[in-house]
Amino acid sequence: MSLAVRGLTKQFGGVVALDDATVDFVPGAINGLIGPNGSGKTTLFNIVTGLIPTDAGEVTFAGRPITGMAPYRIARAGIGRTFQVVRAFDRMTVLENVLVAERRSGLRELIRSAIRGSEVDRAMDWLRQVGLDHLADADAADISYGQKKLLELAAILMTDPSLVMLDEPAGGVNPVMIERISDLIRVANANGRTIVIVEHNMEMVMSLCDHVVVFDRGRPIASGAPDTIQSDERVLEAYLGV
Amino acid sequence: MSSSSVAPGPILEIRDVQAGYGRAAPVLRGLSISVPPASVVCLVGPNGAGKSTVLRVVSGVLPARAGTVVLKGEDITGLSPQKLLARGLSYVLQGHSVFKEMTVAENIRMGAFTLRDKAVVAERITMVRDLFPLIGERWTALAGGLSGGQQKMVEVGRSLMLDPDVVLMDEPTMGLDPKSAAIVFEQIDVLRQHGRAVLLVEQNARRALEMADLGCVLDLGRIAIEGPARELLGRPELAQLYLGGAPRAVPVPEQEERHAAI
Repeated sequence: MSLAVRGLTKQFGGVVALDDATVDFVPGAINGLIGPNGSGKTTLFNIVTGLIPTDAGEVTFAGRPITGMAPYRIARAGIGRTFQVVRAFDRMTVLENVLVAERRSGLRELIRSAIRGSEVDRAMDWLRQVGLDHLADADAADISYGQKKLLELAAILMTDPSLVMLDEPAGGVNPVMIERISDLIRVANANGRTIVIVEHNMEMVMSLCDHVVVFDRGRPIASGAPDTIQSDERVLEAYLGV
Repeated sequence: MSSSSVAPGPILEIRDVQAGYGRAAPVLRGLSISVPPASVVCLVGPNGAGKSTVLRVVSGVLPARAGTVVLKGEDITGLSPQKLLARGLSYVLQGHSVFKEMTVAENIRMGAFTLRDKAVVAERITMVRDLFPLIGERWTALAGGLSGGQQKMVEVGRSLMLDPDVVLMDEPTMGLDPKSAAIVFEQIDVLRQHGRAVLLVEQNARRALEMADLGCVLDLGRIAIEGPARELLGRPELAQLYLGGAPRAVPVPEQEERHAAI
C-alpha cells in the first residue's frame, strides 16, 4: 500500500520537529527511515498514525488523504504500528495482549472471539514466531523490556495490517532475536505488506531494507538503496558520525 | 583494567544471588559476578535472562531472596537505593527516566540532590556539559520535549553528578543513533579511565564486548559463560547463541572498521 507525506511541518514550542517534509515510501517495499535522534522520525510516525495533528501538510494512504483522522480509523484503514517505548497491557497475560490487539469492537467481541479456538491458535502462532509462546500465560508486567518489544510486534502482526510501521523494533532486543525479527519482517513483506521501519541498528537496516530515507533536522536529506545511502557524504556526516 | 601483578579486590561483588518477582518463578538462580575497580563488566544474554534483574538487585530496587552484594568490601545487601547512591553506586535505568516536566538543567541538578556544596555541584555540571554538549544546548528546555536519545544523554549525565565509584547502566545505547551510541561508549571508557567501574547491560553486545574488560553471558538466571570480553567475542558458540551473525569464522577483533555494527 502506498504511503506518502507532503509538506509535513510540526513544531513543539520553539523546536521544529518536522520542517516541510515530503516523502514517498515505496509501496510493497521494506522502507528504512533513519536519522539522528531528534530528526523527526517518530514525529512523522505519530502524525501518520493520527496520534498528533500536523501543523501543515498532508498524509495520503492508498491514494486517500488520512490527515487528521482518528488513530483507530487509521488503524482500521490498515496501518499498524509499534512504539519506540513499549506499551503493553500489564494486567493482562501475554496471550491476552496479542488477542486484544486484534479486537475492533469491544469487550464482548473479545470474549466471544477468544472462545473461538482459531483466534487463540493464531495468537499462539505469532507468539511462537517471536519466541514468547512459553510465556503465554505470564502477566505482561512480569516479562522483560526486550520481551515486551517482541510482544508488541506479535500483537501488531496479529492485526494483519497492510502497512506496518515499526519504531525501533530491535531496541533492547538480543542480537539473535533481531535476526529472527528481520526474518519475520521479510515474511510480512513477502506476504504483500509495505513496511516502514525506524531503526538505529545499521546492520539490520542495511541488510533488511530495500529503500532507505535519511532524515536530518526535520526533513529528508537523502534516499535510495542501502548501498548508495551508506556512502552518501551527508549521511555519513549527519548520522553515522564517520 | 590492566593485568597488573597485584590483583586488586573487586569493588563490587555479587555472591550467589537469587531474586524474582511476585509469584513468578525466580529470575536469578544463584548468580555471582565480580567487578574489579576501574573496569567495565558487560552482561549479555537473551531477553528475559535476568540481566536487568541483576542491576535491580544491586541497586537496591529489588530485594534479593538469597545471597549478598558487597560494595567496596562492605555488605550492602538490602540497603535502600538512596543509601547506595550516597555510598557511590549510581544506576542508569532502562527506558526513559527523565523528569519530563522539568528542564534539562533541573534534571541534571536532581542527580546531585544529596550534595550541599554549591561549588562542587557547579563543577560537576560543567563536567557533564563538557561530556555531552547537547545537554548544554538544550539546557533550559523541558526534558519531556527532547528526543529519546537526547533524554538518555540527560540520564547518563544525571547519574554522574554524585561522582560514583560504580555505575550500573541498563542498555544505555538503546534508542540512540549511531553517533550518540558511540559517544556513550566513549563516555563509559572515560569513566573507566577515571577509575570508575561500570556494570553494563547491553544488547549492542558486540560493540559493548569490544570495549568491556570482562563479559558475562546470562542465561536462565545463571552465568552461562564468563571471561575476558574479547575472548568471548572470539568464541563461535557464543556468537551463534547470543551475539547473532553466526555461524561464521569469527575474526580476532583487531581492526574495528565495523561501524555498521554500531
